[in-house]
Amino acid sequence: MTLHLAALHLAVALDGAGWHPAAWRESAADVFSARYWAGLVAEAERGLLDFVTIEDALGLQSTLTDGADDRANQVRGRFDAVLLAARLAPLTSHVGLVPTATTTHTEPFHVAVGIATLDHVSGGRAGWRPQVSARSFEARHFGRRAFPPLEEVLNRPGGADLSAHPHVRELFAEAADAVEVARRLWDSWEDDAEIRDVATGRFLDRDKLHYADFAGPFFSVKGPSITPRPPQGQPVVTALAHSRLPYEFAAASADVVYVTPHSAEHARAVVEEVRGLSADLRIFADLVVFLGTDAARRKARLDELDGAELVSDAAIFTGTPAELADVLLEWRRAGVEGFRLRPGALPYDLEQIARGLTAELRGRGAFRHAYEAATLRGLLGLPRPSNRYAEVS
Amino acid sequence: MSRRRVHLAAHFPGVNNTTVWADPRSGSQIDFASFVHLARTAERGTFDFFFLAEGLRLRELKGRVHDLDVAGRPESLTVLSALAAVTERLGLAGTVNATFNEPYELARRLATLDHLSDGRAAWNVVTTSDAFTGENFRRGGYLDRADRYRRAAEFVRLAGELWESWAPDAVAADRASGRFLRDADAVGEVRFHGEHFDVEGRSTVPRSPQGRPVIIQAGDSDEGREFAAAHADVIFTPHGSLEDGRRFYADVKRRLSRHGRRPDQLKIMPGATFALGDTEEEAAANAAAIRRAQVGPQTAIAFLEQVWGRDMSAYDPEGPLPDVEPDLSGGVSQGRVAIKDRAAVAAKWRALAEEKHLSIRELVIEVTGRQTFVGTPETVARQIDEHVQAEAADGFILVPHLTPSGLDDFVDRVVPILRERGAFRTHYTGSTLREHLELT
Repeated sequence: MTLHLAALHLAVALDGAGWHPAAWRESAADVFSARYWAGLVAEAERGLLDFVTIEDALGLQSTLTDGADDRANQVRGRFDAVLLAARLAPLTSHVGLVPTATTTHTEPFHVAVGIATLDHVSGGRAGWRPQVSARSFEARHFGRRAFPPLEEVLNRPGGADLSAHPHVRELFAEAADAVEVARRLWDSWEDDAEIRDVATGRFLDRDKLHYADFAGPFFSVKGPSITPRPPQGQPVVTALAHSRLPYEFAAASADVVYVTPHSAEHARAVVEEVRGLSADLRIFADLVVFLGTDAARRKARLDELDGAELVSDAAIFTGTPAELADVLLEWRRAGVEGFRLRPGALPYDLEQIARGLTAELRGRGAFRHAYEAATLRGLLGLPRPSNRYAEVS
Repeated sequence: MSRRRVHLAAHFPGVNNTTVWADPRSGSQIDFASFVHLARTAERGTFDFFFLAEGLRLRELKGRVHDLDVAGRPESLTVLSALAAVTERLGLAGTVNATFNEPYELARRLATLDHLSDGRAAWNVVTTSDAFTGENFRRGGYLDRADRYRRAAEFVRLAGELWESWAPDAVAADRASGRFLRDADAVGEVRFHGEHFDVEGRSTVPRSPQGRPVIIQAGDSDEGREFAAAHADVIFTPHGSLEDGRRFYADVKRRLSRHGRRPDQLKIMPGATFALGDTEEEAAANAAAIRRAQVGPQTAIAFLEQVWGRDMSAYDPEGPLPDVEPDLSGGVSQGRVAIKDRAAVAAKWRALAEEKHLSIRELVIEVTGRQTFVGTPETVARQIDEHVQAEAADGFILVPHLTPSGLDDFVDRVVPILRERGAFRTHYTGSTLREHLELT
């Protein structure tokens, strides 16, 4: 079926017991059990959402800019997001799985092969959110590079805009190289490289395997990949971006960008800026959401439990699913094509999204009634790309 | 003394020159369904664990990607994590290189797998120094052999500190009092300053169900044995004769006491292949047919080229060994274990070919080894049991020759006999891999 022009894409961002630091206090969430996560993705799939993202970092959560805090009253600890996504893949059949993986301290080859593997085990539902880490305490987990403390960086000329600092610019350049390596490795096997030709004894047609031959200031990667081309050809690369430098990174490297506008008017301006950099990028807006008739009261209670009002890089919404639908459609008209909603508390706000919000949007002709594709690229309307190395015959 | 129990593991027959891909029953080496089939078969057979090998660069011969063997594999821990969703008790062992990974990241990935599988994770620690593989990584390749083991030993020690850094009761999740962590000291800070690693900070993963994932060490060298005696729970060795096995077993178990460990804290599990038949004759014929399928004409020439170090493609694989000397100036093969002293190997091969009047292909079939166990299911079950009772092994890591059905016959026909003999479990009694392996 054809959807209304105003149809939008919906994703949810999963992290811990939800995005409010006190959310665990009012939830039965057991964030270190596979069953808990299985329940969340099943709910997302029941709501026909496009994909879920899974947060990650190579260091403990902290309220400090750079370094572990000693707080014992918030969720601390996370699983490796790529492995968690793979654990969930056999339990689902349509919803996309988009783990976060850091580019700063990891091997681009391992990350690329891990995401390709996620695409194989999920039958073409893998994505990746590459993330940089400028934090010196995370660098100390590796002991290979000394980073200045972030507080010190922020006190330098240029101030609070991190992207003004050479240290951060370099990390984004490295991230762009990591994505470039991944994309080359994903294409390094042509789709029909495996021939199993008994007559000549050849399993592979080696003319259809290609070296990545990437050489840059941060690393060199020869290739080819050890993993055949993923089902989607290129898994979906996504990026969270708040300012010019990450917008540029997203435009050059990603298929989907998550932006953080605070109003419809702001959304229109952000879309215009991003569109100036890329005509093809899918633009999603992030929102932290507390849903239901008592949403504001729930949030206030959690703020009180945490001893501080929730702050976020994204806009914070409290209200009913119908009210949220109004906002999303207004932002949709401003040019935002989809939304990555960050549930304030899990699983409650996810259920409100997957049941209430999707029903509301469907009633307005703005959301799918059934999954229309079996791959994440298919759900996002992204064609399966041809292989950069294949000769056009 | 009570009867010794056999431990069994299943090696996924993927990228391996013993995997036969030309057989009509041969399925995909990369589709997840193949992994599921093999893992579920192993679990139906109450195996201890499922095992994945690793290779971080496609192998090359004469400067080009080797095209005769199965190639293309997933990232080990990612596919094992997916398998954790479709199995319940089977151990999940992944080979991961200690040279081209960083301890903080790999330790958290292994701890994650242990959580997501409820205590079934194992890590086969391998090292490599070859610059060829290093071309895919930031670090490149530069470590000599001794350094590789020192780095691996430091890696495992540091990983152990990270795994144990969260107190067992660190996660209180006490909603009433508002304490998610037991207290501010529940997550210990690791400070490690060694020859190869300088790491400071806190792990992000709570203590996993096994505490430490099972550590496997593959290899037969003196450094490898010592590393295993100090750090490993399982040693994966090449298989030799029963007598060779007994010597190896005694040597490795003796080394344990030097590290303050008991003999039963390290399980010795050689890799083993098998061929079955309804009669001994049929099994022998099946074994020969599998060997011929594993060493096709082109593969025979490729093997010869690895030893001779030169292009041999003009020779007939079904014809005699040509009268040319090996080129010892450089190797033609990359990404495999290097053959030491190619001149001596070539001389030995030539003598064998002349003595037995073997063609090139017959020669390669002869020198690359027959199956470990060949016979009726009764014979194979008896041989396996005998090796274990004679302390030549604690069990075997079986390497089938077909993906994904290569273990079906073994589980359907040999496992029941092992169970009848009282040599193998009839059902899982534990839930973690450490429990299956009786590692306490």
